[in-house]
Amino acid sequence: MSELQSQYAKRYKSRKFINYIMITIMLLSTLLALIPLFSILTHIGISGIKALNLQFITNLPAPVGEPGGGMGNALVGTLVLVSLAALMGIPVGVLTAIYLSEYQQVGLFPSTVRFVADSLLGIPSIVVGIFVYLIIVLPMKSFSALAGGVALGIMLIPIVIRGTEGMLKMVPDSLREAALALGMRKWRVIVSIVLPTAIKGIITTIMLGIARVAGETAPLLLTAFGNHFWSTKLDQPIGALPLQIFNYAISPFDEWHNQAWAGSLLLILVVLILSIIARLATRGNKLN
Amino acid sequence: MDKDIKKKSTTPRGKSNAKKIPLDKIFQAITFTACLGVILLLGFIIFKLFMESSLSVDKFGFKFITSMEWDPVNGEFGAGAYIFGTIVSSLIAILIATPVSVGIALYLTEIAPPWLSTPVGFLVELLAAIPSVIYGLWGIFVFVPFIRQYIQKPIGDLFGWIPLFSGPPLGIGMLSAGLILAIMIIPIITAISRDIISSVPTLQREGAMALGATRWEVIKYATLPFAKSGILGGIILGMGRALGETMAVTMVIGNRPEIKASLFAPAHSMAAVIANEFTEATDDIYLSALIEVGLLLFLVTFIMNGLARFFIWSVARGPKGGIRQ
Repeated sequence: MSELQSQYAKRYKSRKFINYIMITIMLLSTLLALIPLFSILTHIGISGIKALNLQFITNLPAPVGEPGGGMGNALVGTLVLVSLAALMGIPVGVLTAIYLSEYQQVGLFPSTVRFVADSLLGIPSIVVGIFVYLIIVLPMKSFSALAGGVALGIMLIPIVIRGTEGMLKMVPDSLREAALALGMRKWRVIVSIVLPTAIKGIITTIMLGIARVAGETAPLLLTAFGNHFWSTKLDQPIGALPLQIFNYAISPFDEWHNQAWAGSLLLILVVLILSIIARLATRGNKLN
Repeated sequence: MDKDIKKKSTTPRGKSNAKKIPLDKIFQAITFTACLGVILLLGFIIFKLFMESSLSVDKFGFKFITSMEWDPVNGEFGAGAYIFGTIVSSLIAILIATPVSVGIALYLTEIAPPWLSTPVGFLVELLAAIPSVIYGLWGIFVFVPFIRQYIQKPIGDLFGWIPLFSGPPLGIGMLSAGLILAIMIIPIITAISRDIISSVPTLQREGAMALGATRWEVIKYATLPFAKSGILGGIILGMGRALGETMAVTMVIGNRPEIKASLFAPAHSMAAVIANEFTEATDDIYLSALIEVGLLLFLVTFIMNGLARFFIWSVARGPKGGIRQ
């Protein structure tokens, strides 16, 4: 009996030991994933702050050796591109989500739409670039801001669809029923009851989506192309922050490398602020 | 007069409105059109890619995938080296990211208290928010030098005789690309694994605990078997993302279309060759070959996404069989 007991005690010890080992491994893997995050953020903070100043935000890029260059045009370019993308992606995305959530939730057609949206979400961004190059850049015979905006818009659509659909579904049915019972028409119910109820969540989704496409580089290489001068013309090539960072990063000049870090600081501030606000907002706004 | 007023007030309001413009129908039609537009968009993308790559598909056929010869001057194109680079770098990424991500997901859902798991989970998600060009920049100036100094040199000194670790420690190359991809897909696999693991019924865990299982045994015998196909879905989704990633890869992989046994050697990838050469492709066959590379990339990620959704859905749907059937 005592021998059996001691055997069990021994096995229990080894089981506990394995338990601790595995929990330690899990903890270590969590820490391991956070190392690159902190490394990236600190390096961008330290190297970026050195070159970041007011001139950097307002000036045009300067040739190598000349001080005082900036990324003003790239900043404006990113703003133009993202606005174009929003103009295209938000209406299409929100309307599609309304159909999926309010008109037909189950069936072959809505599942197809959801499948297509998921597929669009998974398309490599460079392939979107190829597509837009073929349908806009080739016929227009020029790289253009329009093409860049459309490429980003295509990437924004599925993000908005899936996010908005989720938010609309969180609106309780009792609200819709109450409105219908008061004699409202369905479109009125959607526009003045359902959408306003979910609007916080929808804006959050849109902000996350915009943060995501604002940092995209690959499709812009084939569409917006980049521009070292001020330009807001839609039919001309236009600069963009990520493009400029890429070009400076692969250049051989230290000065440009510093500018790339500063540009990254700017970009990551925009992206992180958008996503942090968005995520904090959703956390307080869970309807169910 | 009185009669008129009375008559008007008894008419249901809806009826008089209904004769006006059928706004309900119009609104539904608009939303339906948006849905159709989204489907057509994907259809148009597929159609365009097939159309514009047909020149290259016809000329090179299946050889395009196996041939290593990429010679724009003589118009000979084979994407073998690019496909090799894409697959190997993504495999490295998956091999490293999978255990780490599942470890994080398990730690955050099963072990960590809520006050810790919420902020840490948020930080891991932040990794997904960082633009890939910034990963590339960090890769070139921070990560690659680190890999060269502290990983490649010691390993090269000790195991340089193994072909896998042979060659000079350049830093830039297949290993660095794979590792950066791993960092980039960790948040994706973690997010899906977390969702799946927290959807495992608590009864399963309580059952295992009641039998005297330790926390690890609960995970091993109750949680993981239940969640495994969903986690597999997350892994495939991560793989799809890794295959299509462009900027970070092109900045650290070295952009040399060679097939080497060594992980330390520079390589190239499908997305990177498109990014680097597309705007310089002058003749039709060159452009068509690059579009075919894009088409292949698209088809692979398309299939992987479908597979991943299927696996994730099969867990979210709940278990088959048992007393609930």
